[in-house]
Amino acid sequence: MIAETGHYALILALAVAIVQMVLPLIGARIRDQQLMAVAGPAAQLQFVLVAIAFVALMTAYVTSDFSVENVWRNSAVAKPLLYKISGVWGNHEGSMVLWVLILALFGAAVATFGANLPHQLKANVLAVQGSIAAAFLLFIVTTSNPFIRLDPAPFDGQGLNPVLQDPALAFHPPFLYTGYVGFSMAFSFAIAALIDGRIDAAWARWVRPWTLAAWMCLTLGIAMGSWWAYYELGWGGFWFWDPVENASFMPWLAGTALLHSAVVMEKRDALKVWTILLAIITFSLSLMGTFLVRSGVLTSVHAFAIDPARGIFILAIMGVFIGGALALFAWRAPLLAQGGLFAPISREGSLVLNNLLLTTAWAAVFVGTLYPLALEALTGDKISVGPPFFNLTFAPLILPLLIAVPFGPLLAWKRGDLLAAAQRLTAAACLALAVLVLVLAFRQRGPWLAPLGIGLGVWLIAGAATELVYRVKLFEASWSEAWRRLRNLPRSAYGTALAHAGLGIVVIGIVVTTAWRSEAILAMKPGDTAQIAGYTLAFKGVVPRQGPNYRERVALFEVTRNGEKVTELTPSKREYTVERSGTTEAGIHPSWRGDLYAVLGDQLKDGAYSIRLYFNPLVRLIWLGALTMFIGGAVSLSDRRLRIGTPRRAQTKAATVPAAE
Amino acid sequence: MTRKQRRGVLIGTCLLVLGVAVGLVLYAMRDSIVFFYTPSEVTAMQIAPGQRFRLGGLVETGSVVRGEGTTIRFVVTDKSKTLPVTYTGVLPDLFREGQGVVAEGTLAADGVFHADNVLAKHDEKYMPPEVAKKLKEQGVWRGDAKASAGEPQAKVN
Repeated sequence: MIAETGHYALILALAVAIVQMVLPLIGARIRDQQLMAVAGPAAQLQFVLVAIAFVALMTAYVTSDFSVENVWRNSAVAKPLLYKISGVWGNHEGSMVLWVLILALFGAAVATFGANLPHQLKANVLAVQGSIAAAFLLFIVTTSNPFIRLDPAPFDGQGLNPVLQDPALAFHPPFLYTGYVGFSMAFSFAIAALIDGRIDAAWARWVRPWTLAAWMCLTLGIAMGSWWAYYELGWGGFWFWDPVENASFMPWLAGTALLHSAVVMEKRDALKVWTILLAIITFSLSLMGTFLVRSGVLTSVHAFAIDPARGIFILAIMGVFIGGALALFAWRAPLLAQGGLFAPISREGSLVLNNLLLTTAWAAVFVGTLYPLALEALTGDKISVGPPFFNLTFAPLILPLLIAVPFGPLLAWKRGDLLAAAQRLTAAACLALAVLVLVLAFRQRGPWLAPLGIGLGVWLIAGAATELVYRVKLFEASWSEAWRRLRNLPRSAYGTALAHAGLGIVVIGIVVTTAWRSEAILAMKPGDTAQIAGYTLAFKGVVPRQGPNYRERVALFEVTRNGEKVTELTPSKREYTVERSGTTEAGIHPSWRGDLYAVLGDQLKDGAYSIRLYFNPLVRLIWLGALTMFIGGAVSLSDRRLRIGTPRRAQTKAATVPAAE
Repeated sequence: MTRKQRRGVLIGTCLLVLGVAVGLVLYAMRDSIVFFYTPSEVTAMQIAPGQRFRLGGLVETGSVVRGEGTTIRFVVTDKSKTLPVTYTGVLPDLFREGQGVVAEGTLAADGVFHADNVLAKHDEKYMPPEVAKKLKEQGVWRGDAKASAGEPQAKVN
């Protein structure tokens, strides 16, 4: 009964989405207030219906209702509750329901909190949202129905892929999807503006919080995915330039560019056409990410769908939305009036540079990800484009951007003074250089580029601090004056500084881990000891252990450093009973110095085990930095200006508070 | 600065960055691309020793031999030709005899493939699509039949 309710709710949601798509669009065309007013309640109703379907599916999972095929395939009685819940989106059908749920949530949020939006804009935005929802609901109902029944119902399910039974991965998809789908708001606003043929600074002020929220969630989602790959796949790496990773990284790069160009548009009424295009591109990349990951074009942990009909359906959705949006853009964009002028050296100019470099870096990743697919489709040759390609192209393109980041916030709008900004950054530059020289002096091995990378990270962090120091006049005014200014500083300023500093932390983490990681692959017998990065590991042996839904063989290592006991590491190999497949659980000893990482391999013929040991220095900084970026976004989002939304005449408001941002 | 000059600076910067990007992509494309071959293709064509490529196929049943330390030897087959492989390191969880595998490395002069990376598969049902295609072409594909055997009848409610 519950499954049928869910199925029924999905079909109703599809009907509502079609209404939400058609009526407000006609209403906006013929200026009919009543037709336009349908949009809001329709979006809210659609959300309620999709939520009912989602809860129905979750209920089936939690109660282990194996008469539902989807539950039988992806769950089992013995599975812990957390993974019964996360199993809902640990498969193709359920994850698409989650996708649509988040989409509907964003639509309902606009309907609920968008009371001060111009009626026509609101109607158009919700109509576009409705069309996306309709396409994906149609996809679910026709090709990926999660509520298909089984008769007779089996006694136990097949279980969830063991590598997915992990806390970080339980929350990775919801965050990633909130990011992907959140960019649909920017897309809908862009299309609505194109339909209207009108766009102003208030538009940008509306789009920014949605884009920021989406960007934050995507940042965290990618970081979680990377963290999971780090400790679960047992390779000790944090990023593999895997096409699936790139699929989530490309919208992130484009979204970051969008975030910055929307600032220019809000403050200076410039870059309008570009911002619209970027909004379309960002969501197109999200759609492409969904396609690449879900269609089975790429083989990976994400490729649940093997049914070619699904791939073609998503490809069709992608074609309609991307093609339609770009055609509309080509047709209507010339109507949008160009805005404020600015000199090349100015805040606007620096943000243009940011956009240029981010977009080019994104394009390089795009080429590397899609070239093998295109080549195979055209010539049949099968190739793989690996990390060397991306390191060689992405790094040089992103490097100038990292150097330029601290300058941006110190330049004035319209016409900036590069020399003055450089003077203000002297302290930061000296600090970065000092660190660079110190590292260079004490470095024992590793590439000579690595100290430069560390200096760059310090430069980013110190540059972010410099901006705050000058805005509160820390060394110019009295302490009480500086304190007063510190409190009155808009939160978006703190957000910017935090996010930029977070980027610096990530850079340091990546550089140090990549340059100075130690690795050893050994054959060890119980009683043997191994040395790595100053640690001594004594192998005590392997014992069997029973988990809730798996059996495992656990190796015990006693770790000492300079004769003192540090910790015990217990890497294991798990065999999941229901799923009949195994995972490798790495034993990790985290510390500020770095992570000691041990993996238990197979037993060799002479009774020894193959053991893989890593020491990853400062690797935690990568995820800490991403978290800092997320917090920066959250602080900025809590800014009063963004929370209150847009006044009717944003241009005059912007003119009265020139100091903001 | 006039409007025209400003536009000039903007377009000039764009072209510069794009030029650098295209150059980098082309340069990287030349050196860091790895082709994928099956054992049949490897025997059919002349591959220079030392050239990196990916070898895909099934691990032949009964061929896995553990040697000194963590060195492992096995044979990759596509059911018509075979190629011996040697690898030193820890094998991925789902490395099994009779299952699909992708190994990356170089071919030595003695005809043995020296892998420095054996790719982990996330799913025991997974088979490299290239191998699946080959097996289908040769008519030895059993994957679909195996997957659907013993499953209860699905019906739409």
